[in-house]
Amino acid sequence: MTSEALYVRRREWLKNAALTVATAGGVGGGLLALLGESARPRVDEAPEAPAPSALVPSRRSVMLDPKVDPNTSFDAITTYNNFYELGLDKADPSENAGSLRLRPWTLTVDGLCHKPTTFDIDQVVKSFPLEERVYRMRCVEAWSMVIPWLGFPLAELLQRVAPTSQAKYVAFTTLLDPAQLPGQKRSVLDWPYVEGLRIDEAMHPLTLLALGLYGKTLLGQNGAPIRLVVPWKYGFKGIKSIVRIELVERMPKTTWNDAAPDEYGFYANVNPEVDHPRWSQRTERRIGELERRITLPYNGYGEEVASLYRGLDLRRNF
Amino acid sequence: MAELAAHSGSTPKPYAWLKPGVFIGCLVPLALMVIEATQGQLGADPVAIALNRLGLMALITLVGSLAATPLRRVLGWAWPLRLRRMLGLFAFFYAFLHFTLYLAIDQGFDFSAILEDVAERKFITAGFAAFLLLVPLAATSPLRVRRMLGPKRWQRLHRLVYLAAALAALHFIWRVKRDLSEPVLYAAVIGVLLVARITHRKPRPLQAARK
Repeated sequence: MTSEALYVRRREWLKNAALTVATAGGVGGGLLALLGESARPRVDEAPEAPAPSALVPSRRSVMLDPKVDPNTSFDAITTYNNFYELGLDKADPSENAGSLRLRPWTLTVDGLCHKPTTFDIDQVVKSFPLEERVYRMRCVEAWSMVIPWLGFPLAELLQRVAPTSQAKYVAFTTLLDPAQLPGQKRSVLDWPYVEGLRIDEAMHPLTLLALGLYGKTLLGQNGAPIRLVVPWKYGFKGIKSIVRIELVERMPKTTWNDAAPDEYGFYANVNPEVDHPRWSQRTERRIGELERRITLPYNGYGEEVASLYRGLDLRRNF
Repeated sequence: MAELAAHSGSTPKPYAWLKPGVFIGCLVPLALMVIEATQGQLGADPVAIALNRLGLMALITLVGSLAATPLRRVLGWAWPLRLRRMLGLFAFFYAFLHFTLYLAIDQGFDFSAILEDVAERKFITAGFAAFLLLVPLAATSPLRVRRMLGPKRWQRLHRLVYLAAALAALHFIWRVKRDLSEPVLYAAVIGVLLVARITHRKPRPLQAARK
């Protein structure tokens, strides 16, 4: 064979090899971009979130057996979040949380009460003794976690403002500020996020206002600086970054119920017997585990709360 | 010798790099996912993330194989046709992995739960039907089987791919909780590709000649 022929063949081979690699890179890169897996540039506008500070509870209530329900890792709790105001993907809120300014922050408690009050958040931290409560958290999307919250019963705050006898429900509102919560620039839901509880649910000792988890103040993605935790209800009832709590007479509007009334009810009690129209609620995946767990009625808190719903048709009032 | 040089050098096999390049490219997301999974880098709910990615890969490769014919008829590009079969098989491959992950890990072979899902949840019904439709298409993809069937029957059978694509898009739309923009975009692309086939029909030289 002439050396020229060999040269031409080798050149041809090299050209094909290079083009194959380039095509593979282009196709692979394009696919990863479509899958949202590309090295996504971090949102520049979102400043670095401040590190959480330590919070010391005065009391610990161990309600769960850590052998059966071990705590979900801090990492998972703070990177796997549904907080559409900070982005739609589970990892978005942790990346964008820096845009939420946690101080100054005020919480207004008003409506049908004798002593409406606007609290500064630091005042709240000081005036209510904090407890650690380890609760199961069951998302309506059929996954769950175990979270060591730091907080105090909502009832204590409500008693402070002395509700009138007309107050039958409690309405909660998240901060409305698209600059701090950029997800509010898109009308995915009707902002601000609002939630509600019946007054007896709100006064129940299990219902918590949380200021922290794992011994630290809440991070933005978990609903800092203050959020609701109702362990026997689906996670979306746990409204985040609350600015207002209002005592009202009529059942208030709640965001997910308003968005899709056939899929998300006002009560939203965890109930394996009543499926979401698009998926089963019988089982759940505990974050950190592969095998599914059986979902418990009222998320395992039936003994404490089932009596609140005596006589209520749970199929209709899902 | 000179002839050989001329053969391999000046008239090379055109696009010899295209198929292997696309083949490797289509495996990149799977390879990356396996690496991430073994290193625990797949996020807090790795099963959900893997399910989403495998399902989306199946849909993307299916759309890719559907695009070949319209690209040929509308823009006159012939090269996508070389990729059609491979992309279709990738769609089946990824749909199979997607379904297997759901069956084995997500549901842990709990067949009563799976039957209930398939029967009662329309997004799963649609996805399952789309997968079932891809099975005969993949099975009749080898050239030998294709010859056995004959071009007419083969083509009629493979029209099922339109139905499979529509069901796959519905599967995606119905499972999303709130933001529909991504699944609707895929559905729109599939719609455009189907419409392009109707507006740009295959020229029928034989019939034209008879008239």
